[in-house]
Amino acid sequence: MNWRVAFAVVAAAAVAALPWRAESQPRQLKVGFVSTLSGGGAALGTDVLDAFNLAVRHLGGRLGGLPVEVVVADDQLNPDVARTAVERMLRRDRVDLVTGIIFSNVLLAVGDLVFQSGVFYISPNAGPAEYAGEQCNALYLNVAWQNDNMHEAMGHYATLKAYETAFILAPNYPAGRDALTGFKRFYKGRVVNEVYTRLGQLDYSAEIAQIRAARPKAVYAFYPGAMGVSFIKQYAEAGLMQEVVLLVPGFSADQDVIRAVGKPMVGVYNSSHWALELFNPINRRFVEDFRRTYGRIPTMYASQGYDTALAIDHGLRATGGDISRKAEFRKAILSGFDSTRGKVRFNRNGYPVQDYYLRQVVELPNGEIVNRLRGTIFRNHGDAYVSRCRLPG
Amino acid sequence: MRNLSVPSVRRPGWASPRVLWARGATLGVGAAVLLLFPYVSEVLDLGYYQSLVTRAFILALAAAGLNLVLGYGGLVSFGHATYYGLGAYTVAVLGREGVRQAWLVWPAAVLVAAAVAFLVGAVCLRTRGLYFIMITLAFAQMVYYGVVSFKQYGGQDGLRAPRTDFGFPLGERELYYLSLVVLAVCLWALWRLVHARFGRALRALRDNEARAVAVGFPAYPVQLLAFVLSGAITGLAGVLMAHHTQYVSPSMLSWQQSGHLMFMVILGGVGTFWGPVLGVAALVALEELFHAATVHWQLFVGLVLLGVVLAAPRGLAGLLEGKLR
Amino acid sequence: MPAVLVVEQLLNGVQFGLMLFLLSAGLTLVLGIMDVVNLAHGSLYMLGAYFAATVASATGSFWAGVAAGVLLTAAVGVLLEVSVLRRVYTRDHLSQVLATFALILVFNEAVRMVWGPQALHISVPRELARPVQVLPGLPYSAYRLVLLGVGAALAALLFFLIHRTRLGMWVRAGASNRRMAQAMGVPIGRVFTLVFAVSAALSAVAGALLGPILAVQVGMGEDILILAFVVIVLGGIGSVKGSLVGSLLVGVVDTAGRAFLPPLFAELMAPEVASNLGPTLASVLIYLLMAVVLFFRPRGLFPVHG
Repeated sequence: MNWRVAFAVVAAAAVAALPWRAESQPRQLKVGFVSTLSGGGAALGTDVLDAFNLAVRHLGGRLGGLPVEVVVADDQLNPDVARTAVERMLRRDRVDLVTGIIFSNVLLAVGDLVFQSGVFYISPNAGPAEYAGEQCNALYLNVAWQNDNMHEAMGHYATLKAYETAFILAPNYPAGRDALTGFKRFYKGRVVNEVYTRLGQLDYSAEIAQIRAARPKAVYAFYPGAMGVSFIKQYAEAGLMQEVVLLVPGFSADQDVIRAVGKPMVGVYNSSHWALELFNPINRRFVEDFRRTYGRIPTMYASQGYDTALAIDHGLRATGGDISRKAEFRKAILSGFDSTRGKVRFNRNGYPVQDYYLRQVVELPNGEIVNRLRGTIFRNHGDAYVSRCRLPG
Repeated sequence: MRNLSVPSVRRPGWASPRVLWARGATLGVGAAVLLLFPYVSEVLDLGYYQSLVTRAFILALAAAGLNLVLGYGGLVSFGHATYYGLGAYTVAVLGREGVRQAWLVWPAAVLVAAAVAFLVGAVCLRTRGLYFIMITLAFAQMVYYGVVSFKQYGGQDGLRAPRTDFGFPLGERELYYLSLVVLAVCLWALWRLVHARFGRALRALRDNEARAVAVGFPAYPVQLLAFVLSGAITGLAGVLMAHHTQYVSPSMLSWQQSGHLMFMVILGGVGTFWGPVLGVAALVALEELFHAATVHWQLFVGLVLLGVVLAAPRGLAGLLEGKLR
Repeated sequence: MPAVLVVEQLLNGVQFGLMLFLLSAGLTLVLGIMDVVNLAHGSLYMLGAYFAATVASATGSFWAGVAAGVLLTAAVGVLLEVSVLRRVYTRDHLSQVLATFALILVFNEAVRMVWGPQALHISVPRELARPVQVLPGLPYSAYRLVLLGVGAALAALLFFLIHRTRLGMWVRAGASNRRMAQAMGVPIGRVFTLVFAVSAALSAVAGALLGPILAVQVGMGEDILILAFVVIVLGGIGSVKGSLVGSLLVGVVDTAGRAFLPPLFAELMAPEVASNLGPTLASVLIYLLMAVVLFFRPRGLFPVHG
């Protein structure tokens, strides 16, 4: 062991341990953005990030008057990786807020980290039931929906259409379980089978064989991202699209899935809290600019990413740009802000109260395949867990 | 086994005054820096880096455990993450069941890791070479899938691990010193072990098994004991990590984690004493550096590792030794 | 258990096994002859899928994509062998494991840089995207039948090459005793490069063909790599016959385990226990199988070295 060299190395390390701190920067807002930017769910995370950035640009590069720095990390749909990334954002980068997570299992693994640091988490997508009831948190806000909502809407629709039997499937993770719970809460028919598949599974031949054998009146399946693409493709390839009605929540029939599946999807009904044709100035600007800037039709995830930025802006304006005035920030957002869906109000658990629509996948004369608004399923619909939340409104 | 490094033989006890002074200064400065770092970091607001150093201590312990069988024993275990993960999971599972007393949980966790190491070693040590590597991997995968199947303990998503109760609150600083102390004690114990008859037997078996057996060193018991001790130490590292992150997940049991541990040992110098510590320090520092520099940090870490394996087969410790010659 | 279901699962198992064989045959040859543990083999599989997907969507032809994938990946394989692997031939297995593990990191990130982080989609060619009546009451995906056919054909081709040609004789000689073969005049260096290129090409075929079913994304090679290693250890390192038997065994056991164990357990024990135990045992089954085989035959089913 060459001790002289070792001594030199250790001494160098000691010197290097001194901080290379940048000079303190002018007041700005640091947003920690952790999302699924690779693998099967990457299309969703990318949409949220792109739309968030677009909104910031629309607001002049500022949120609540403060210049914004967005620190981005990829969670790779892995709770571990997300935890490391969030830790780094909270402790080394000193972010003022955290946002971006798409998948509920990832959120549940990092939520406590964020809340313990006294930092807000604003969810653009994942809306687990765990944060809606007893464990609701004053630092948690969700601008999208609570996981059950979209499924509750389709359950209600299936009841209205009098489909007596249903075969229901979802991946085995928190949002998947919330999904089928939500569907069953409003579906009054008979569930012939309830199947949970492995998260990330892409080969559904076994489940499709089971569906064929069970002969239900309707199938309800919740499969976001690449799972949805695979399931719907295989469902169509097996010839089931003409035999059994396929009902899905908006996640499984949005543009990312349409882009990959194409024509076989035409006719599928789905529920959503937002639609391309919603007629308000914010939405029109968002949709047109998103298409122009990114060259693709925005999904609902994009609308949620856009709304996240709008919400933060709204909250900060109310506190004069001061994120440390947490109670006021929260109150401003809870009382409602203008979004791509019009004015959105919130329950005291941080989850929104809004309308849910029926959409259908159609082929336009110009060959484009999009979702068309067909009607309203729920008005001013909140979530089923808020009664157990003891936070002040 | 071919080409594994043999530590150079030195005349025991003798060292020139210059070397002694250098050795003392290094250890002294190193110890001072490590002991005072938490206070420095509080003043300079480096909480994140203190956490990083704690993590390095824990990984160094795991690497040192692996080095016992990998470096000194010449047994390429591709399933060491099992013991690391089991140590951590025991803490989390007991915590979930309401058992939090440190004096209960820590021994239990180490015992679980050691017991599994005993079972796995007992079967695997009957094979050699690539077959040994594969069968250790196979057992690791079995444990991985077994643990993932327990939905009530988090399944694929992992589980929160509450810190055990020592009678006093275990904050970040306490955890830093605890990890440092545990690492130091274990390194001291390993030093004694490696330089005792047991260590010599282990190394002899690694270098030339037939000859060692002919001379009278019993292969199977010595190697099995080394395997169990190694599993216990790595398990202890898992316990510390569970306390540090307060979260355990199946990835701690994955073969990628095993590969990561092996990397740290190789980077530092397999079969050398300080190799694990150097390797961990270097890898953690490299990962942070590259992570801050670019999104594609994995590429650069991979390239560096490739370079080390190709150009510096005896690792950093080997490089350091080479400097003098 | 209806006979139709059993046959269907058997077909699934054999199909998967044959794809696994494409991957493991190359691996066992490289290990057997060149004595190199190549963890980056899974990366070649991934590259095959990526190249195929890209060319297929550019040209509109699935099969052109497969062909391009194979050629491009073989080229990458040769480059890899000449630049990196040559340096680790004489090193111990541990160094090889680590060098090729580092290569996995490099390949994964490089692919992410070139193709972006999102998964690529290739579709099954339209003519094959419909079921075929294999037996009365058993519609089976035409595409999977094609995979079965291609896998079987390539296996037969490989056997012919190895057992009926001079090149194959050299390969077998090199696998059983490299130095002796060299002493007898076999041009080992060129044989090495060729073997590596063929192994890369076979992995690429597997990657390109499985792409439409399994999704083309970064890291797709790692899980299947472990299975390939299990197969070659089970079959005996260096033995192509062993790798075929091993892959079929692993493919069928794995598929059958996943299909039949959970419902079997559900009938025998309480639902909570069954829903945990069934899938776990199914995942673990092949490792158990390998451990048992190694216990009785420590060098695998068909050991090659004398």
